[in-house]
Amino acid sequence: MKINEFELKEVAPGEWELKKQKGMKVAGKIFGTKQIVQHLVDDVKAGKSWSALPQIRNVAMLPGIQKASLAMPDVHPGYGFCIGGVGAFDAETGIIALAGVGYDINCGVRTHITPLKKKDVLKKQREILNALYNIVPAGLGSKGNIRLNQQEIDEVLVKGAEFVVERGYGTKEDLEYIESNGRVKGANPKFVSDLAKKRQFKQVGTLGSGNHYLEVQYVDEVYDKEAAKAYGLEKDQVIFSLHCGSRALGHQIGTDYTKFLAEASRKYKIKLPDKELVCAPFKSKEGQQYFSAVKCGINCAFANRQAIGHLARQAFKEVFGLKDKDMPLLYDISHNNAYLEKHIVNGKEKELIVHRKGATRAFGPGRKEIPKKYRKIGQPVLIGGTMGTSSYILHGTQKSMDKAFGSAAHGAGRIMSRHQAMRQWKGQTLQQSLAKKGILVRGHDWRGLAEEAPGAYKDVDIVINVLHKTGLSKKVVRVKPLVCVKG
Amino acid sequence: MTYEHFEHRADIGVRGIGKTLAEAFEEAGRAMFEVMTNIKKIKPAKKIEFEVQAENEVELLIEFLNRALGEADAEGIFLSKFKVTILNDGTPILAATAWGSKITSGTEIRTEVKAATLSQAKVEKKGNKFIAQCIVDV
Repeated sequence: MKINEFELKEVAPGEWELKKQKGMKVAGKIFGTKQIVQHLVDDVKAGKSWSALPQIRNVAMLPGIQKASLAMPDVHPGYGFCIGGVGAFDAETGIIALAGVGYDINCGVRTHITPLKKKDVLKKQREILNALYNIVPAGLGSKGNIRLNQQEIDEVLVKGAEFVVERGYGTKEDLEYIESNGRVKGANPKFVSDLAKKRQFKQVGTLGSGNHYLEVQYVDEVYDKEAAKAYGLEKDQVIFSLHCGSRALGHQIGTDYTKFLAEASRKYKIKLPDKELVCAPFKSKEGQQYFSAVKCGINCAFANRQAIGHLARQAFKEVFGLKDKDMPLLYDISHNNAYLEKHIVNGKEKELIVHRKGATRAFGPGRKEIPKKYRKIGQPVLIGGTMGTSSYILHGTQKSMDKAFGSAAHGAGRIMSRHQAMRQWKGQTLQQSLAKKGILVRGHDWRGLAEEAPGAYKDVDIVINVLHKTGLSKKVVRVKPLVCVKG
Repeated sequence: MTYEHFEHRADIGVRGIGKTLAEAFEEAGRAMFEVMTNIKKIKPAKKIEFEVQAENEVELLIEFLNRALGEADAEGIFLSKFKVTILNDGTPILAATAWGSKITSGTEIRTEVKAATLSQAKVEKKGNKFIAQCIVDV
């Protein structure tokens, strides 16, 4: 396919190469169906100012990029990086870019398993919906139950999920099943502004709004019995998942560092193909400072999800009489992040700063970062669908390590603006039509529900099938929603 | 002077239009808070003040909007009125006073704005009007 300066060729089933052109240091690589790629081409043809193909190309122009500028099958336009974008840079010679992390630092998904079956939840569906709605603070302006002072906020930024466990929200066992054990080292709170901390101290343990949610789901189909068994999953089993990030702290770190990195880009004479790709050499003082601030954001989000996960357990205790230990954590993943990781490039092990913007880490079997119980299978990859549709749990693979630095998609990807979604759907009507399908939804405002209508997103099944076919991750189970609290 | 929103696939565009650059910025601020609430119902009861500077006017707009967002959130308020002064002798500096009121259980809540971004950010003069716009990440 060719449009303007963009030339695309399917080099393997579901793998499209964006030909290296002037200025690019590496080629682009898009994982998708022909239709997904055609959609990207159509955006360029239509002259849309906001378009993913130029963003994939632009990331390929940045210093130190390794192998290829990647896009996962849920690709759509983002800020600087496309959503579904993965860019790995040599830690010695490469850069760290704000757009590769985004404002919602460590937005991610956390899933707990329960001993309940679908029929158990159907008997008390409204009760669990209301219990979750009441116990988990959500929506714009909501405040959390954990109130902190300045010193304690610094502890959250350093200790992450460990801090909230020490406060009684969960157990030490939970930490083993969080990516990076819920805490990345090297987070220095002095690199986070007082304004960010002032905003956050009331927000620890809140869900936020937009596309954030807390869902009760059941396993609808098992694709891989061995992997499902290792993960503790079986057909009809009930699980609950939440999707949220670092809240105001992450947003403030992003905005604080926009000007900082714009100045660094100028200082180090980095030619920016797009003004949104502000960055600094990773090893520079500025790059290391930003990375340390990002780590604070990462830890804050892990703390947040740990707190909410544990609050959700309390709702289940109240309605079903379960105990905390009946609801262990399956896994907690991040899909907006920059991690320092070791990967093989041209036969040699290298240290890379891997940016995943709306992309999930999907490490394959044997990696020491994966909990022992899952190491033979690979890392759980938790991919949320949209409100009222399926979500999936997959596992990471060696192929993903080889092709994509151990990465996979993160969700379905939007195809319609919020304005358009609100014109097409009404929140109340949506709630009623989902209820007819047996899915109870409660949100904090009707507009928010309409904005998140399933029709505003790509079909998640297509995204998942690309991951499975290309080997970036392999399907373990499909889950369907029973109850959804929308932020 | 006036503000408006413009379409965007995943997020929302905010645009301020004014007789002066400062007015356009003020209106862009109002457009941003209108995403989060009905600003007509927000009384100018509490005042905040801040200053930002940047390398150019586009970056200044983003700095201004993000600072307003951050300061308002820290105080637990929504803002509905702005008074902006811009000095530009090479490196633009902006001083802002903004008014709003506390978010309560009775406040209309719409969509949270995470940040103003450089995406489609523009500051320009069209005819006898100034326009300041950008996409806000929601």
